[in-house]
Amino acid sequence: MDQLLKKQLEITACKVRMGIIEGVYNAKSGHPGGSLSIADTLTYLYFAKMNVYPDKPQEKDRDRFVLSKGHTAPALYSVLAHRGFFPVDELKTLRHIGSRLQGHPDMKHIPGVDMSTGSLGQGISAACGMALSAKLTNDTYHVYTILGDGEIEEGQVWEAAMFAAHNGLDNLTAIVDNNGLQIDGKISDVCSPYPIDEKFKAFGWHVITMDAHDFDSIEKAFREAEKVLHQPCVIIQTSVKGKGVSFMENQVSWHGTAPNAEQYEQAMSELKAHLAELEG
Amino acid sequence: MADLVKKATRESYGEALAELGDKYENLYVLDADLAGATKTGIFKKKFPERHIDCGIAEANMMGVAAGLATTGKIPFASSFAMFAAGRAFEIVRNSIGYPHLNVKIGATHAGISVGEDGASHQCNEDIALMRSIPGMTVINPADDVEARAAIEAAINFNGPVYMRFGRLAVPIFHDKATYKFEIGKGEQLTDGKDVSIIATGLMVYEAIKAAEVLKADGISARVINIATIKPLDKELVIKAAKETGLIVTAEEHSVIGGLGSAVADCVTEACPVKVVKIGVQDVFGHSGPAADLLKEFGLSAENIVDTVKKAVAEK
Repeated sequence: MDQLLKKQLEITACKVRMGIIEGVYNAKSGHPGGSLSIADTLTYLYFAKMNVYPDKPQEKDRDRFVLSKGHTAPALYSVLAHRGFFPVDELKTLRHIGSRLQGHPDMKHIPGVDMSTGSLGQGISAACGMALSAKLTNDTYHVYTILGDGEIEEGQVWEAAMFAAHNGLDNLTAIVDNNGLQIDGKISDVCSPYPIDEKFKAFGWHVITMDAHDFDSIEKAFREAEKVLHQPCVIIQTSVKGKGVSFMENQVSWHGTAPNAEQYEQAMSELKAHLAELEG
Repeated sequence: MADLVKKATRESYGEALAELGDKYENLYVLDADLAGATKTGIFKKKFPERHIDCGIAEANMMGVAAGLATTGKIPFASSFAMFAAGRAFEIVRNSIGYPHLNVKIGATHAGISVGEDGASHQCNEDIALMRSIPGMTVINPADDVEARAAIEAAINFNGPVYMRFGRLAVPIFHDKATYKFEIGKGEQLTDGKDVSIIATGLMVYEAIKAAEVLKADGISARVINIATIKPLDKELVIKAAKETGLIVTAEEHSVIGGLGSAVADCVTEACPVKVVKIGVQDVFGHSGPAADLLKEFGLSAENIVDTVKKAVAEK
């Protein structure tokens, strides 16, 4: 990857992480762990990959994004705000009465949200519908969706996986955020979805793996995905839940807990230090 | 009464879609391996490129329909009521209802008249389920003419619509030439002063027959057809309550949460009168010929007559 672009993306991703912490802290609830694990991928998609129009969020030829793991809305909101869909300052209203920023993505009110999600397993089906729609009328947009690794325990995901392959949806790229943790513990302990790659292969998908926190790896994966024809692609990203905030990393307890004032200060100071380092 | 031509509303569904497919190029039909039974196979034959078989996966089908709707297409997601409203309930609620997407759900094989397949397939709960979703329109046509008109009205309406169709051939009593359907509007079929029989679906014709018998016995019954259960034509229902002082509802659905409940909710608030509900009395059905089951479960003109007579006597 171009080194200048890489640096810009790292800086943006750090700001996106600060927006996540800001939102969840002010909401006094929400899901920081899985939001932080997808921050780099979302930053890459919205700042280097997807064709989007912050001033015209409903533009017909835009690429679509569906956050199938809808509980990590703080990450989506932060990236949308930083991309210019709405003011960054609004992130502080997350989950508040009167705010557009609902606990889970709400396409009716939030500019840039292409699908309402939150109930796990459903987003990928809607993404299939969007991709199929493009195929039916020869539209050229691409559809991206991010699923949790715990989320793929839902049976509907595999109905959708079968459907996407059957219909040759090569305009659909799914990303499985493999941070290894779900609410009740390690995914391998709760009800293991492993081997994830073999399952998708068996369902007829092209499988790619990437390091979710390395923009070179991310770019390589998405470039490979766009070359695949006649079958959908899944990128299984190895990620760290809570990435970027030392005390949240790989801790299942940070799946759905907001930081207190002291933890907020610590998280923000770590991220600010990282930002200064990147910008310095 | 003259013998009327009969047709199952599922046939009307498949035929109407195939007909309307020319006029509405944005119309797409989705199935879950039941195109032969839901009669959407008729559409598939004419418009193969606009028919999507999702396989036996109703949850995904509803989500795919939602995705199609976000891009401006008008999908009709078809299956049996049991699977469309039952199995896929949460997907309909969250992926279609919550974002208020323009998805039409065509649910065939509703009610006990599914017959021989038995209780596992006799969905008597779909109206209750779909009615509980905010913003969902629920339509249960009474015959072929009304079904076709309702389908076109649903296409021209922007928002999610649940449409209920039957497997059993039922008399076509509406006049195609003059009948006008409007979402949310009920239809008064006969006037009466002693009781209002408010019916939906295949029970409407039973209500018409019952009213004739009652007339001969000196009871004046007003018959109202409620095809749109949600939003309910409250004005018509309240007027009936005020002018007749007694309501008997009739539906091929559980007495819990269906038309009877909707009518009772309405009059309780606006004009409390006695409401007697004819429907499936909180029990599962079983296998058998549809006609026999309808009789056994009290979904007949005879039971309407008996119920009305008793209620009028107690008035």
